[in-house]
Amino acid sequence: MSKKVIDRLKAQFGERILATSDFRGDDEAIVAPADWLEIAGFLRTDPECAMDHFIDLSAADYPLREPAPRFDVFVLVRSLAKNHRVRLKTRVADGEALASLFTVWKGANWTEREVFDMFGIVFSDHPDMRRILMYDEFEGYPLRKDYPIDRVQPLVAYRDVSGITQPAPFGHDIGQPWARISWEDRLDGNAVPVSPTLASEQATHEKKTAE
Amino acid sequence: MEPNYEDLGDDAQLELPSEPMRLNMGPSHPAMHGTIRMVLDLEGETIMDVDIQPGYLHRGFEKSCERGNWNQVFPYADRLNYVSPMLNNIGFSLAVEKLAGIKVPDRCTWYRMILGELARISDHLTCNSASAMELGAFTPFLWCIKVRDYVWDVLEEETGARLTHSFGRIGGMAFPPTEDFKSHVLAVMPQVEEVLLETEGLLLKNRIFLDRMQGTGKLTQERAIALGVTGPVLRSTGCDYDVRKANPYLFYDKVDFDVPVGHDGDNYDRFMVRFEEVRQSIRIIKQCIEKMADEGPVNSPDLRYVYPEKEDVYNTIEGTIAHFKIVMEGAKIPAGEVYSYTEGGNGELGFYIVSDGSGTPYRVRVRPPCFLNLGACREMLVGDMIADIVPTFGSINMIGGECDR
Repeated sequence: MSKKVIDRLKAQFGERILATSDFRGDDEAIVAPADWLEIAGFLRTDPECAMDHFIDLSAADYPLREPAPRFDVFVLVRSLAKNHRVRLKTRVADGEALASLFTVWKGANWTEREVFDMFGIVFSDHPDMRRILMYDEFEGYPLRKDYPIDRVQPLVAYRDVSGITQPAPFGHDIGQPWARISWEDRLDGNAVPVSPTLASEQATHEKKTAE
Repeated sequence: MEPNYEDLGDDAQLELPSEPMRLNMGPSHPAMHGTIRMVLDLEGETIMDVDIQPGYLHRGFEKSCERGNWNQVFPYADRLNYVSPMLNNIGFSLAVEKLAGIKVPDRCTWYRMILGELARISDHLTCNSASAMELGAFTPFLWCIKVRDYVWDVLEEETGARLTHSFGRIGGMAFPPTEDFKSHVLAVMPQVEEVLLETEGLLLKNRIFLDRMQGTGKLTQERAIALGVTGPVLRSTGCDYDVRKANPYLFYDKVDFDVPVGHDGDNYDRFMVRFEEVRQSIRIIKQCIEKMADEGPVNSPDLRYVYPEKEDVYNTIEGTIAHFKIVMEGAKIPAGEVYSYTEGGNGELGFYIVSDGSGTPYRVRVRPPCFLNLGACREMLVGDMIADIVPTFGSINMIGGECDR
């Protein structure tokens, strides 16, 4: 369906399109980070591509594919008029900055902030490069594969309560207060409704008065 | 007391320098839907600039998906857009099925469409009635919630839960439709239509409602497109992009429905687009009910991804082994990456999934429609007054679960 976008890119840029793919109907083109901004701008301004509708920008982390760069940053765009889509992808190494696509599509603003927040990829010329989902004091980049999933970084430190594992001071062996209520007596109408803590005193008081 | 300016003489001509006042509309606020922090720069009541800070409901959905099976993503997917969880489930099922190349029976497709449209109805009813409630109209909120509960009754019959169903599965659904599914759904549809008429009758001629909703929170079509806005927010600006029409999935090309489109991009248009979409959803559901078969399997017969029937699991060795392998190792989706998109309650809900061939997802990226819609919210708010934040923010239907994941 959108074969012509890939063909148009290959016709315009030739060798700078490093690879293309059509896996399961998704058209994808892989470029080098140096060409990222130029090719994205071409996708928007070229009248045959006319990719004006920004869809998404995100990344994936492949730390084990040495010596290729670690991160895959991809942008998904489509054309409103022509109803075709393309996924433009590039590979970025750890510590390398990538050009921001903010000047091409405004939607890249928040999505690039999220990629920075989650992966630590810095986008140069971004108007507002700061974390978006996590708080500013957060250390590390959560969606990297080497960030442990069970690491907790509370903004307000948890209290250190001594003796937290001791059992409660009362009731754990004789049951909770509501278990000490005699329900049969209540149903028969014999028990006077009192609070369970007073029930034992009430019972002894009644026994004494009955005698 | 205001100063009498005649008394100030020539000093009144001096421009008093003033800085905008910075006000925090904090993450927990009674008039805001969900936990969003807005830091406003105000000049009197007018908003000069707003810094919208999401992320207070970030729960690490994408990271959590990477440590289970593919089927274990469904409870997380439910909690994305938690007012229309069926649409998230269906979106994720479709993404995995696209990657693995699984075909589901027709009955399952019709079933998914009906449940998805019911979820969309409940999403739009909630959004609109909550918007109205924040403007002071408490009654339509209760009417819409009443009828939303009838919709949830249907979903509870089918899935066992009112809200977070976890009903989708790779290659089908968790259970087939119940006996009375069709009649139950057809009984609820007229109730929804009646409540829509009642609510519109109460709100649309109300001077206060119109003054607060018309002309506030405007977004132009060009800005919306560049910002990546989709869904009712984009359609209210005049652009008729709906994934169900532009790139039909399931059987949306076999049913007849219209796409409501606004023209001003203000809060009133978003409100009306949502109510009209509820009517179109009702129309789709009625057609799907006619076309859905009453009998037949709901799950794909492919035993690499779908649990076999329990009789086969207990009586045949192939069933036992297939069940064992799926439970212990996870359904082994072939390696590759794919982006699959559906029309969620707020716009294009996409899942970009990467599989490495094992039973565990490698990367699950949700393209959250209301995250990008929220990015556009700044354009809608600058220039308006503080009181306009309430209807504007309500009308973009920012669901914290989807925005922050």
